[in-house]
Amino acid sequence: MEALWVSLKLAACVAAILLAIGMPVAYWLAYSTWRGKFLLESMVALPLVLPPTVLGFYALVAMAPHGPLGRLWVALFGHGLAFTFGGLVLASVLYSFPFAVQPLIASFEGVDRRLLDASAVLGAGALRTFWRVILPLSLPGVVTAAVLSFAHTLGEFGVVLMVGGNLAGITRTVSIDIYDHVQSLEYGAANRTALVLLAISFAVLSFVYAVNRRVWTPWTAK
Amino acid sequence: MLAAQVRKERHSAGAASFLLDVSIEVPPGITILFGASGAGKSTLLDCVAGLTQPDQGRITICNDVLFDSVPAVHIPAQKRRIAYVFQTLALFPHLTAEENVAYGLRDLPEEGRQERVGEILNAFRVKKLRKQKPGEISGGEKQRIALARSLVTEPRVLLLDEPLTGLDTELKAAIVDDLRAWNAAKAIPILYVTHSRDEVDALGERVIALDNGRVVSAGAPMEVLDAPRRKKLAQAAGFENLLNATVLDLREADGVMRVRLGERACEIEVPLGYAAVGSRVQVAIRAGDILLATERPRGLSARNVMEGRVLSLEQRGAMVIARVDCGVTLVAHVTPGAVRALELAAGRPVWLVLKTHSCHLVD
Repeated sequence: MEALWVSLKLAACVAAILLAIGMPVAYWLAYSTWRGKFLLESMVALPLVLPPTVLGFYALVAMAPHGPLGRLWVALFGHGLAFTFGGLVLASVLYSFPFAVQPLIASFEGVDRRLLDASAVLGAGALRTFWRVILPLSLPGVVTAAVLSFAHTLGEFGVVLMVGGNLAGITRTVSIDIYDHVQSLEYGAANRTALVLLAISFAVLSFVYAVNRRVWTPWTAK
Repeated sequence: MLAAQVRKERHSAGAASFLLDVSIEVPPGITILFGASGAGKSTLLDCVAGLTQPDQGRITICNDVLFDSVPAVHIPAQKRRIAYVFQTLALFPHLTAEENVAYGLRDLPEEGRQERVGEILNAFRVKKLRKQKPGEISGGEKQRIALARSLVTEPRVLLLDEPLTGLDTELKAAIVDDLRAWNAAKAIPILYVTHSRDEVDALGERVIALDNGRVVSAGAPMEVLDAPRRKKLAQAAGFENLLNATVLDLREADGVMRVRLGERACEIEVPLGYAAVGSRVQVAIRAGDILLATERPRGLSARNVMEGRVLSLEQRGAMVIARVDCGVTLVAHVTPGAVRALELAAGRPVWLVLKTHSCHLVD
């Protein structure tokens, strides 16, 4: 069950980091009127269409001891980034980025513009408007973003294999563990782990849908 | 005093671009901004509030410059201390009435804030709703809470964008009374947007009429709306009869001219306007300004008597709408009692009587 612990820890870290980075990015994408916005939008959506191995490959190259990111990391922390838990988090953040940002954009855009105008006229700056109006009204989107990036990270395989390798207790996640079991023809063990992952994923998704419906009703039903 | 010179061009896909180009002055008290939808009223309010930036112009409150194109000044909306009640009210759906009203008061300590919120909710008679969210509150009370939320911040100017649409007349009057009572002490300029003639009559101190992005008329409600110079304004101000006419001759000495309505010979006398003989003009007449007689009337000061035939009578509330054919179809309002006394019915010959100055030229 060491693998499950690694997976959960990874998913939690990634979800937390993605919320922190995703909110300002989503805010900008939802409200900016800049013409070149589509470029950033495409970049955010890129991990949706790229094979995980492509992303993992570039991440690995960047993190290599002589790669740009790897060199920076060595200078900062004294050790390399590839095949560590930190490297895994970084690559997973990139890979799950759209799963956090898209629901946030959608819910930010769903907030009535006149409410933002009302907030400004009542003396609130952009930051206060965000905390007091946009965020509370986007709560379902925030929950969706957190849970989706958590679940998506939990289930990833390609990126982990490329960047993290397969070090027990450090980078061996549940999906890698299952792959290992299957490779060594231990179908029983593979089945047990797979079932746990299936159950967690289902529970998480049920939670998203349940929460979304409940939170939405009072405001959509005027 | 709020003074605004605003020039703002709006491009929308497909449609011709819209140009708002106005200069208005709003003294303390209620000034009505009147015009059909699409006249540019909301755009003007957005510019004053700072939510939209004009292309050119200057907006000031007394000597305080809020916007100026040269030198470039644009005070952001949150620093203008201008209250704005939107047509949709825009109450925050996740906050209670009390929290909505307190939203603009974050600089006050908690105690003072509670007190001010309580006071204003009381003044607008919605204190009992303070713990409820907008979704649980009825129409008229939501409007009161939106007003309270805007006014509690002690704004320098109040902008109201059709804040009372959808309310019945009595409720409207009650809210307007509360607003007046509040402003009796504060005496701030209030710019009140509406396209409803009833509201103008109920509120009116001053009216600014806007049409297609321009100020077409400004002054007391009677002057502005009873002598509409524009067709759209006439329609909006409730002139039931808008007729095409041809100028027959000008009598400058009497200040009148004769015109022919429609194609057939139905001639009336109207006030002299800037028109040449033979040119086409439009005449607006209120249905309530037309008298009906069942015999040819004599010895009247009214200069226009037209013979016609009743086409139809239609009762609407305490009023009967009579459509009369005198070469052109005219609409006249009469009372049900008059219909009985004169035994009016479709097909009956009648004479319509119309004072010269009840006919208004529009362009």
